[in-house]
Amino acid sequence: MHEEGLNVCLRQSAPIALDAELSCARGELLALVGPSGSGKTSILRSIAGLMEAKEGRIVCDGAVWFDSHGDVNLTPQHRRVGVVFQHFALFPHLSALENIMEAMLEIPRPQRKLRAQDWLNRLHLQGLESRKSAQLSGGQQQRVALARALAREPRALLLDEPFSAVDRTTRETLFEELAGLRRELSMPVVLVTHDLDEALLLADRMTILAQGKTLQSGAPFDVVTRPDTMEVARLVGQKNLFRAGIVEHLPELGITIIEWRKRRLQARLQTEFAPRSQVTWTIPRSHLVLPSAGQPPRGGNVNKVRGRISALIRLGETAALSVDVDGAGRPPVFISVPLHMALDDRLSAGMDIDFSFLPEGIHLMPAGRSAAGTIREISEG
Amino acid sequence: MMDWSAFALSLKLATWTMIILFPMGIWLGRLLAWRHFPGKALLEGILALPLVLPPTVLGYYLLVALGGVSPIGRLYQDILGRQLVFSFEGLLLASVLFNLPFAIQPMQRAFESISPEVREAAACSGLSRWRSLWRIELPLAWPGILSALVLTFAHTLGEFGVVLMVGGNIPGETRTIAISIYDKVQGFEFAAAGFMSAVLLVISLLAISISFLSIRSRARLRHA
Repeated sequence: MHEEGLNVCLRQSAPIALDAELSCARGELLALVGPSGSGKTSILRSIAGLMEAKEGRIVCDGAVWFDSHGDVNLTPQHRRVGVVFQHFALFPHLSALENIMEAMLEIPRPQRKLRAQDWLNRLHLQGLESRKSAQLSGGQQQRVALARALAREPRALLLDEPFSAVDRTTRETLFEELAGLRRELSMPVVLVTHDLDEALLLADRMTILAQGKTLQSGAPFDVVTRPDTMEVARLVGQKNLFRAGIVEHLPELGITIIEWRKRRLQARLQTEFAPRSQVTWTIPRSHLVLPSAGQPPRGGNVNKVRGRISALIRLGETAALSVDVDGAGRPPVFISVPLHMALDDRLSAGMDIDFSFLPEGIHLMPAGRSAAGTIREISEG
Repeated sequence: MMDWSAFALSLKLATWTMIILFPMGIWLGRLLAWRHFPGKALLEGILALPLVLPPTVLGYYLLVALGGVSPIGRLYQDILGRQLVFSFEGLLLASVLFNLPFAIQPMQRAFESISPEVREAAACSGLSRWRSLWRIELPLAWPGILSALVLTFAHTLGEFGVVLMVGGNIPGETRTIAISIYDKVQGFEFAAAGFMSAVLLVISLLAISISFLSIRSRARLRHA
């Protein structure tokens, strides 16, 4: 736990189950990622003081905002949070400038207008001072909402899916702007999103949530490539999940040997799993490589596997392959390759291809409960 | 031609009813719009009763509840030395009660139309509850509030049954314009009755028009 920054611990069983623990340091952007209904908005609302959890504690920069045992529950007004709501929630009858000024009531009136104007300028909203929210585009409304949240000089900034209500182009501009602004922000920033790409792009750290429970926190890339459990792996979109047995650890080579479908694969050394135990393994798509035509494969011939393409789907600039290894009856391996490569190599369904699992990408996890329906599809793998 | 004292009394009654129901309607309207509590449906039902109950029935119960032998009536008599029924104060109390739905319902609808996110944004922006009410909620709900006040005013001017039951027909104290019209007809003074009726008709039409106008401007505000 950080001394400074935001520390949150919430527990309740109803009406929405919560079992959440998270922390966000000053200047850090923490993404709370989970599917809809995972409780991420409830957590954000609890931090803002708009909802009271049955049990828990919320401390920001040493100030206790909520403590169910100490009977502390500050109002949103006293927490000094800046919140950007999903639909921005601008005051519809006030102008952009007035919206921002309303969040700066502590500042004497003459200075308030200047400071509000300053915020508008910083968010590139010059000339829109007198517009009401209905006369602003989605992206502009969002900037006004962000300016209003920041104008309060909050101790924590909370963003509730702020990018979901704007179109893609606007979203990308806003990403850049937020990334730029980030360098100037010294408070903890919590971003709630269901979009993993958003988290990967913007966040310093991310926390994965499901059914109100925080499952794993860490640097976004680490969480995505090294999930603690199968559940997290699924939530971060890892489709390649297979069963294997641990054969042996070779610390001197930095590798662990696993047996997958009667073939031995080299994996990054992960001694926490005992030899002969069962594990689930996953590999990020970036570590699944196809040899380019005429070039030796990256990583040599290690972990080279042959399979047959069962389906090929074009997704924008990439092609998603589903490849059957050892026949069609078993879960396929999903590989994405740049579209130009798929075209150059004339990849198509029914074609046999060689590919490699890069050892450093193979990540081992506990086998999971075999009785659970969720892993039925991989139980044979 | 015109029973000016009855007309003045009606205006006075309507104005006071409006003044009392203004804060009460805002308080109850917000409560019903935003809070969930046990018995809410029952409370809403009670508040809406005057819409469906015959005015004479409401008047009868009020007469019994406020009369000299009732606890309320006795308390009033003990403190102020006069009876509550057949007085302007009793009439005003009855008027406030039978106007509850006309004041509360439009205000409740108006507060319901304010997005919860906007109110939460106000709290998260640091606005105190008073500031939020004054600066955010009332301006947004204003067309509904105005419509409620106008309806209350017009409805009070025209109310007959409850007034007659609770207030009786005391000139200058409880004889309102609606009762005066009835009196004139009873006395075959049709010209006077016709003139006063026309005045009431014009006032009511104006009030309803203002009410519709405010609803339209509310819609415009939302879709602007």
